[in-house]
Amino acid sequence: MALVVDHNKPLSSSPLKVSAPLGAALAFMGMKGCLPMFHGSQGCTAFALVMMVRHFREAIPLQTTAMNEISTILGGMDQVEQGLLNIAKRAKPEIIGLISTALTETRGEDMSGDVRAIRARNKELGDIAVVDVSAPDFSGSLETGWGKAVTAIISALAAPAAGQAKLHRVNLLPGCHLTPGDVEALKDIVAEFGMEAVALPDLSDSLDGHVPDSYTPTTLGGVSVAQVREMGRSKLTIAIGEHMRIAARTLEEKTGVPFVVLDRVTGLEAVDRLMVCLSTVAGTPVPARQRRARSQLVDAMLDGHFYFGGRAVAVAGEPALVWTYARLVADLGATVAAAVTTQTRASLAEMPTERVIIGDFEDLEDQILEAGGCDLIIANSNARQIAARHGIALFRTGFPVFDRLGAAHLVSAGYGGTRNLINQLGNILMERPTHTHTEHSHGHATAAAG
Amino acid sequence: MLKRKIQELMTEPGCAVNQSKSASERKKGCGKSLVPGAAAGGCAFDGAKIALQPITDVVHLVHGPIACEGNSWDGRNSWSSGSDLYRRGFTTDMTNLDIVAGGEKKLYRAIRQAIARHDPPAVFVYQTCVGALIGDDVDAVCKAATERLGVPVIPVNAPGFVGSKNLGNRLAGEALLDHVIGTVEPDDVGPCDINILGEYNVAGELDQFRPLLTRLGIRLRTSITGDARYAEVAAAHTARANMVLCSQALVTLARKMKQKWGIPYFEGSFYGISDTSEALRNIARMLVERGADAALTERTETLIAEEEARAWARLAPFKTRLAGRKVLLYTGGVKSWSVIQALQEVGMEVVGSSVRKATAADREKALHRLGDDEDKLADAITPRDMYAMFKDGKADMMLSGGRSQFVALKARTPWIDINQERHHGYAAYDGMVELVRQIDQSINNPVWAQVRAPAPWDQE
Repeated sequence: MALVVDHNKPLSSSPLKVSAPLGAALAFMGMKGCLPMFHGSQGCTAFALVMMVRHFREAIPLQTTAMNEISTILGGMDQVEQGLLNIAKRAKPEIIGLISTALTETRGEDMSGDVRAIRARNKELGDIAVVDVSAPDFSGSLETGWGKAVTAIISALAAPAAGQAKLHRVNLLPGCHLTPGDVEALKDIVAEFGMEAVALPDLSDSLDGHVPDSYTPTTLGGVSVAQVREMGRSKLTIAIGEHMRIAARTLEEKTGVPFVVLDRVTGLEAVDRLMVCLSTVAGTPVPARQRRARSQLVDAMLDGHFYFGGRAVAVAGEPALVWTYARLVADLGATVAAAVTTQTRASLAEMPTERVIIGDFEDLEDQILEAGGCDLIIANSNARQIAARHGIALFRTGFPVFDRLGAAHLVSAGYGGTRNLINQLGNILMERPTHTHTEHSHGHATAAAG
Repeated sequence: MLKRKIQELMTEPGCAVNQSKSASERKKGCGKSLVPGAAAGGCAFDGAKIALQPITDVVHLVHGPIACEGNSWDGRNSWSSGSDLYRRGFTTDMTNLDIVAGGEKKLYRAIRQAIARHDPPAVFVYQTCVGALIGDDVDAVCKAATERLGVPVIPVNAPGFVGSKNLGNRLAGEALLDHVIGTVEPDDVGPCDINILGEYNVAGELDQFRPLLTRLGIRLRTSITGDARYAEVAAAHTARANMVLCSQALVTLARKMKQKWGIPYFEGSFYGISDTSEALRNIARMLVERGADAALTERTETLIAEEEARAWARLAPFKTRLAGRKVLLYTGGVKSWSVIQALQEVGMEVVGSSVRKATAADREKALHRLGDDEDKLADAITPRDMYAMFKDGKADMMLSGGRSQFVALKARTPWIDINQERHHGYAAYDGMVELVRQIDQSINNPVWAQVRAPAPWDQE
């Protein structure tokens, strides 16, 4: 049991949080033919855009209503209208995500009402889905905005099956801690059960880093509006990460499709639960290939546990990410010496550590120092200064990862993903002697080497 | 107050663009109205941050919701030779409660906490849209904090919605002028002290020209603000001359420093070989005019002759590897013309240069260097047209900023970053040789043959 502590500091130093609108924009990146737009000043868009570009090493379609002082005071409906019409004309998207920011929310704009009025008087918007999301920067973080955007897309587009037959299909609602590579892996697993998977959002089809044949001003791929409209015909919705619960429930309320929320899809027991779930809904036994993959993971755990036992690991990131990684290393015998996340969730109390801090990288550094150092930091690239200052290894994951290649293809999902992740983390720990040089863990390392 | 300041900045008489406008046009100011749904670029806050963040030893504290700092901190490649305090992100991370109750008290406590933990020589506090909208008086909080805490706390009043990045640069200059420059009297004032304005030490570029100045006996009092220390910026008023880089950004600051402290300035560039020489000549001339030893002129000519010969000699081997290759320059400002000469010298053909952010003078120079071919001067090129240029073989590579990099890469075309996120310094003589070396490494990388070849099953 962990104590969840929020110091409520007036000063955030080296922030761990990124903004909720960025999370919402990221979710829209997994919609096909999409061009989202922030309703805010142009800097809101520029910062979010640059951050996503650096992480994915891809062009990011993201526009702005370019609010200025006057439109902020008078209201931004004209800016929204102009923005929607300009996007419709220049990019011809299937869907536009309209995302509020702290600026417009502080003033208090009725974005949904405005969009309805704008649509009513502009026929050229007719075929384009416009989904508005309220995700002010001053409330929550990446997970918050991502979850709100997915919920808004469902509310706007999903419909009950209405007499049509169910398809042999499941809906996936992946959390923002899952990479395009993770989503791809999950879709492959579902396919092995002989079922189709519809992922909302589907970053594996848009930000997986591929080279299209022509220039596209919108997202390069993703789940289509038509596919989302058909989500009511799936047999089950699998949401991954606690922050996807509201979206899953909304989908159930709208379409009647039942849902399960998996806290994670990394780690032996967690993936077992996924397999049982898929096997039940597909009505088929777990495929041979997955059984083999499970055996490979068990073997990786046997080979790898030597290097985790007794080692101290610090983890920082969004709640679902911290939960996933902390559980994994704890399951292999490591101690979670420090855990810092961005917002409180009931499930954090179950974390395998003494304390979970709601805070920033300064809190992470303080926790590490208080614990007498650690062997490994698992966090995003912004932990690099701490890692360098104290000579601690940093495994980069989460968002943003801007100083390593392949952030989109770091796979932690499924038996295979977990196996590779254990090997990667284990290799880092193997390379470095334990920070305290206790005889116990040293003995392990020697035995394994011998 | 802020309004008056902005109006004044918009009609800057020292700005070359303004000088070329008619009186009525000038009165309208230079604020381009941004088009919703078709805009690109940062806000005024972003601009202020770009201009001031490189001051290395202070706390840069952003008073706003998490987006303003959380989405951007430690994202710029300004190097430091000393403190790394500037690389930490500090923000009040305003939440619902702060918006309802007002954020002034929180801001004060944040300033106090930052000083207690980091003991900086100063704190810069950046106002943002939300702080401005709810009426938080950042100026008053900074004043109170300065008095009570005994550390200069400088308000930077450039909330994002007042305008573009460029306006933010200028407002940052105003903050330095109002609160920083002239507050420290150094005891080592010399006849050959200069400042360089609008230089941010991206990828360590300062060290590509600072050694040249040192060889001439010229001391860089401070760069504003690359690799700067607070006390040096505060003593900038004691320099004998100012050089302004990136002319549109800090020319107002230079003009006002001239008014207030009589420091003459010139606009110049360290991009390009002859431009670097020209800049050195101008610095020497100004210093001599203000009483420095006249021998400086001769020393400068000697150094220029040596360095130019050395640079051209180092570029020569690249000729065979680069001759005839077609390069598209998509940048703006001084870089639209300053690197053309070096590229032409190694035999490359500059097929186009964008002059969208350039002054009329920049444009003239670019045109001249492109053989007066108007077609080669472009304003904005749409990504779609740019993509087509690469696909049709009209350009073999592009030099630009990060924003357009994937247009080139997805068209399987070599690309080099020459804007603020770049990882190599391209300033002065050494920098130009480095740029050409990077171009060579990029365009002659064997990877292009493989990535362009179709898959076996797609071959005819």
